Amino acid sequence: MTPALALEQITCTFAGDRSYTAIRDVSIEVAAGEFVAVVGPTGCGKSTLLNVAAGLLAPSAGTVRVEGEPLRGLNRRAGYMFQAECLMPWRSAAHNVAAGLQFRGLDRVESLRRAEEWLARVGLEGFGSCYPHQLSGGMRKRVALAQTLILDPSMILMDEPFSSLDVQTRQLMENELLELWARDRKSVLFITHDLEEAISLADRVVVLSAGPATCPIGQFAIDLPRPRDVAEVRLTKRFLELHQRIWELLKAEVLKGYAQQKHG
Amino acid sequence: MRSRSTDSPGVRLNAYRLLLLFAVFGVWHILTASGILPRFFFGTPTVVLQNTARWFISGKIYGHLGVTLVETVLAFAIGTGLGLAIGLWLALAPIASNLLEPYIKAANAMPRVILAPIFSVWFGLGILSKVALGVTLVFFIVFFNVYQGVKDVSPVVLANARMLGATRHQLLRYVYLPSATAWVFSSLHTSIGMAFVGAVVGEYLGSSAGVGYLILQAEGAFDINTVFAGILVLTAFALLLDFVVTALEKRLLRWRPAAAIVETH
Repeated sequence: MTPALALEQITCTFAGDRSYTAIRDVSIEVAAGEFVAVVGPTGCGKSTLLNVAAGLLAPSAGTVRVEGEPLRGLNRRAGYMFQAECLMPWRSAAHNVAAGLQFRGLDRVESLRRAEEWLARVGLEGFGSCYPHQLSGGMRKRVALAQTLILDPSMILMDEPFSSLDVQTRQLMENELLELWARDRKSVLFITHDLEEAISLADRVVVLSAGPATCPIGQFAIDLPRPRDVAEVRLTKRFLELHQRIWELLKAEVLKGYAQQKHG
Repeated sequence: MRSRSTDSPGVRLNAYRLLLLFAVFGVWHILTASGILPRFFFGTPTVVLQNTARWFISGKIYGHLGVTLVETVLAFAIGTGLGLAIGLWLALAPIASNLLEPYIKAANAMPRVILAPIFSVWFGLGILSKVALGVTLVFFIVFFNVYQGVKDVSPVVLANARMLGATRHQLLRYVYLPSATAWVFSSLHTSIGMAFVGAVVGEYLGSSAGVGYLILQAEGAFDINTVFAGILVLTAFALLLDFVVTALEKRLLRWRPAAAIVETH
């Protein structure tokens, strides 16, 4: 079966005084309906990888295939959840969620009605008229999630979407994400530096080496049963086994990355 | 008792402010009545107030105020429109902006009041020459704010809008324009103030109507009391204008966190 998303031999080199190769020869496949988490030390080019998959960044070499077709321009099938604040501050929550529908030419009333529906689905009923600055960090992430999912993308690219949240809010959001994902099983490429998050969410975890010239150095199938509760699953024996196995591989890279940051 | 004590500081402050105003007029009155300051040059506050009141009672002032207001509003609207359009264009067209940069800097650095005589020749002594002067003042404020506003758009917000499917045209309308207008609104006080300055200075340098014209006329007749009356009316009018702008700003920038609005003052 053709994978939903295939990165084939992707290399990204940034020109400059010292040209810098962020990722080299990276190949990752995401099957239809699969939840893939990519972990790697801080600053290893994870976001670069995701930007390539989204079509926001053209790779120096390699091909991105979306459902078998080589990607040109933006990846129209993908929804993207950013790490940083991405809501338009001058639009209310409902108008932010409705934005994508309006860009696609849906009329205002209908798109707002559907936005309210989605706000309710992410637990923000009645907050439609609030502006982003009036919402908490967790609420803004929910709005961003609704904004992405309302367009019904066939795949979701997530760049450490919950890294700015406190631990409790984060686990709530992770559970909600799993619940939303379980309904229609979109393909997900989830980037994180948090191994526990990766294991508790994903079907498969891909480990990246420390940068520069990052590449995948291992992948692990996560055979934990679903549905999962991210807080509870962390206490199971199988989780700890998986965690230990992956951490052995990741630890060396984290130390390498740390040493580079300290000296570079 | 408690509820009274919470609003009394504001009331008391306003009382002190009013007292200060009376004190200034009082000192002015004493200095000129006693002859310490010559009345010919410094006027007499009672006459100044009488002249002002007479303007309003006779209705003579309304026409002139109307003219000044029309000039201000036109200068503001045209200057803002041009600043917005050209600011957006140059911010999104790097080649043109590189080409024009030194000229824009030069035009902004030039004291534009010296253009008033040229505008009088081009547009006559009517409203248009004052509007033109006001536009040159307003344009640059708006232009630089819009330029900044577009450069200031968060790259993440931009990338997000693109991923949500915005076309180039939609990016302009739904991302760049709102971001730029936010900057325009935050400079609203300055730009409407400049439109007002353009109108009054233009009138003062040559006109047949407007509050600036009244001042010019009185000055020609060495009627210092009427000059002060004109200044009084202009000041009150400027305060009123500022009040309206503040109210407008509160409505239009509702989406901004309160702290950000404070910063722009």
